[in-house]
Amino acid sequence: MTMSLFLTALGLFAAFALLVTIPALLRPSKQSAHLANLLGLVGTLSGSLTGLCALFLTPVASQASFQAPFGLPFGSFTLVLDGLSRLFLFPVFGLGLFCAIQGFLSLRHERPSQHNLGSHWLFYLLLLLGLGLVLSARDIVLFLVAWEIMSLAPFFLIDFNDGDSRVRDASWVYLVAAHLGAVALLAFFVLFWQLTGATAWQAVQKLTLSESSRSLLFLLALLGFGAKAGLAPMHIWLPEAHPAAPSHVSALLSGAMINAGLYGIIRTVSLLTCNGRPPEWWGWLILAAGLCTALMGILKALAQSNVKRLLAYSSVENMGIMTMGLGCALIGQSLGNGWMAIAGLCACLMHMLNHACFKGLLFLAAGEVLHATGTVNMAQLGGLAKKMPFLAACFAVGCAAIACLPPFNGFAGELVLALALLDGSSLAATEHQLLLLLSFAALCAISGLALALYAKAYGLVFLGQPRSGFAENVPQKSWQHFWPISVLALGCLLMGLLAAFVFSLTCESVSSLWPLQTLTGYAKAKASLLDSLTKAGAIFVFLLAATLAVYGLRKRVLHKRGIRFMPTWACGYQGGNARIQYTDASFSEPLARILGPLMGQNVSQSQDKAIFPQSGQLLVKAPDRLRRKVYGPLFSGIETLCNALKIFQHGKIHLYILYILVTVVGLLIWGLV
Amino acid sequence: MIGIYLLNLLLALLLAPLLLGIINRVKAWIAGRHGKPLLQTYYDLAKLCQKSEVISPTCGLFFRLAPALQLTVAVAALALLPLGGQASPLRFTGDFLLAAYLLGLGRFALILAALDTGSSFEGMGASREATFSALAEPIFFLAISVLTSLHLDLGQTQDQAFSLSLLFGGQSAGAWLSGKYELLLLPVVFFLLLLVENCRIPVDDPTTHLELTMIHEVMILDHSGPNLALILYAQALKLWFFASLVAGLLVPDLGLASSLLWIAVIFLVACAIGLVEASMARLPLKRVTTFLGGAGAMAALVLIFSQMR
Repeated sequence: MTMSLFLTALGLFAAFALLVTIPALLRPSKQSAHLANLLGLVGTLSGSLTGLCALFLTPVASQASFQAPFGLPFGSFTLVLDGLSRLFLFPVFGLGLFCAIQGFLSLRHERPSQHNLGSHWLFYLLLLLGLGLVLSARDIVLFLVAWEIMSLAPFFLIDFNDGDSRVRDASWVYLVAAHLGAVALLAFFVLFWQLTGATAWQAVQKLTLSESSRSLLFLLALLGFGAKAGLAPMHIWLPEAHPAAPSHVSALLSGAMINAGLYGIIRTVSLLTCNGRPPEWWGWLILAAGLCTALMGILKALAQSNVKRLLAYSSVENMGIMTMGLGCALIGQSLGNGWMAIAGLCACLMHMLNHACFKGLLFLAAGEVLHATGTVNMAQLGGLAKKMPFLAACFAVGCAAIACLPPFNGFAGELVLALALLDGSSLAATEHQLLLLLSFAALCAISGLALALYAKAYGLVFLGQPRSGFAENVPQKSWQHFWPISVLALGCLLMGLLAAFVFSLTCESVSSLWPLQTLTGYAKAKASLLDSLTKAGAIFVFLLAATLAVYGLRKRVLHKRGIRFMPTWACGYQGGNARIQYTDASFSEPLARILGPLMGQNVSQSQDKAIFPQSGQLLVKAPDRLRRKVYGPLFSGIETLCNALKIFQHGKIHLYILYILVTVVGLLIWGLV
Repeated sequence: MIGIYLLNLLLALLLAPLLLGIINRVKAWIAGRHGKPLLQTYYDLAKLCQKSEVISPTCGLFFRLAPALQLTVAVAALALLPLGGQASPLRFTGDFLLAAYLLGLGRFALILAALDTGSSFEGMGASREATFSALAEPIFFLAISVLTSLHLDLGQTQDQAFSLSLLFGGQSAGAWLSGKYELLLLPVVFFLLLLVENCRIPVDDPTTHLELTMIHEVMILDHSGPNLALILYAQALKLWFFASLVAGLLVPDLGLASSLLWIAVIFLVACAIGLVEASMARLPLKRVTTFLGGAGAMAALVLIFSQMR
């Protein structure tokens, strides 16, 4: 039942992907664009809804499998839905649905001569299909094929506005990063195949691998999947690709696709450790990678002025937090601490679900800001809450949720992860205790910085007065334009209030996968975390009610007395205008003073030196230093090398034949000797 | 037991504005002035509540909603503490995180309210508040983690040890009384955090007259009437919250007597704030980082000392 619904969903994606090729091949006209838009929407809606039915109708821990009667070359077409796959499929189908609706609403106004909507929806559907296959494939050949579909489709989706050279550049960066990751994955799977002699994932369970080959497999998987997940220093494609892509695509990529990297890491680790505990350093490595990624992500995000780039760096940060949870779980497992293991793992997965919800919301909302104003540069925005109050409210919910503030869902994941790390002090070795407690403090620092970041993002975009004409001449927009976003906002609130339910969902989904139940402290961790989240949810309800009551009381009291309206107090200065407001660079200036070198901020100032200065300019930028200082020189070095090798590649056929002759003769001689 | 707890909570809600009066009185006494009446904050609150409001047309919902939220989160955070040494009826595993993040929610709302006015001064205050509280966050949790690991070492289970009601409920005081003197640095850390989070001298000067040097006061320049009363009261409650953290570490578990001792310690903390304010000048903004770094180093030192044992 589950499997047939799931297969129907994948089939619907594939069928509609074929169908939208018809309008894609037609001559661009209003009708063909409309047809493509409609077909894409219907395909995604039907497929995603069927997929969601498949996920919701049976308990999350139940397992369903399917094997096609036909095979692939070298492999078999095996799909299995278990708890972990299901959990990662929730964002794929859920976000796929809402992003498609929001995309449909915004793509209606595109000119058919500029964009081929048919091919856009084709790759959108292919991305969903690829994600569905990646998350359920249990055969390494099928997995690699699906991975490749999933990695290639975003290239075409990011390249939507291909008239802009920066967009083309961004999509190339994405493609290169995706395939460098795929190289590590290819090596991983070849080694896997060589060691197990089979292409089924489960084959590894029957073997007892040597320590070194297990660790080699682990490192290759961490590299390959980490590049997709955006772990530092392989994150550089995220801040390029997300601002360039259309917003509904960024939302899907950030909320669902980069999770596939995390899924890969979790799946590999769970397979490699099913016959015994993982070596301790695996956990420490993952924890350190997550911590570095999260710290780097939040600091870079603080320095950005482009909202979508800010959100992209924040995705890097959140991926880092999830990875920290996984690392903590592995440390707990290898040292026999059940509390850390289950809390860390659940925190990782809860944060994955939560992140999909609020990051999808924020990207979609940023896209609507872009549509309404034509820019996402914070220095030019402001005051949008008056023009689009509904969108502003949704964005505020997203900001509070991602800054881990109660009563929204981000807090629940943070609570579980913090308690997992905090239990580090019950480990035996002092250095382990100190490391885990310090990473707990670092986690809290990250969420403190996230509060500053999102207060800035919301405050500068939606509050105050418009900073430029972009934000001033915005038409009033009602809720009809934004309702998919509001569903996600509601999701953020509900997942916060019902966090206990989400926790038990994640707990059940991994219970069959990972042998954690035998560890000491497992049962107690599960019970007391469940209890905490239930109580916190109850407190949230009272808190919301009390706040509304106080607000209502104040309103009633003031209703009788009447409110006077006067301009904002500017400390006696009368000539204030919108330009004296704080900007993004000035808002993060105190932090940049302290953490400037870490944030990588470049400040260039030019001033008129005359006695009565006329004009001046201040530029604050934060380019990605890794891209500039490491990857840039590396790739230009490779280019120089390749150019040098061009003396062999000159297009003269007779010389090419000579190469062949020389090779053949050489081989012959080698064979004789 | 719940009755005693509720009595303590009621006392906290009633007496919190008195702390501001005590601070002012101590400052005035040292400066040789007579000073404001001890109950001045109550008069202010009563007067503000009877007034109407003046609001800028630039302001939207956040400006109107933030003070109400500020008040409810302060009350909720306070209700999670073991006031007077009595375990809170709301306690649960990990409630310290909720208390801190509730205060964070209030701060978030107040920052947005400041940005809502579109004033450069309020933007400046918002930016400074966001920065310094973000830097104070890890120090607070580092200090908390010292306490949790102490109680895990003392044989408490995780679900007990990760709760404010145990950490600040008198057992921690028992630990330093039994010879773990390094723990006495923690009340100092929490006192320093109190100065940062409540915007007192040497981090911020609540009575300064120059907007450019303010942090907290400049954020609420545009608030008036009942909204300003809500903010003022919430601020007093927040001060009570942080003073309670100090009290919770210093007062051992003595049953009913500890409730009285708590309040005495909280008033002593207010006197200490007054002494600090009277004897120090406000630090330049650049030096606040050093101040925070000092508090962080102290917390890290206690952590290392207590883990090495």
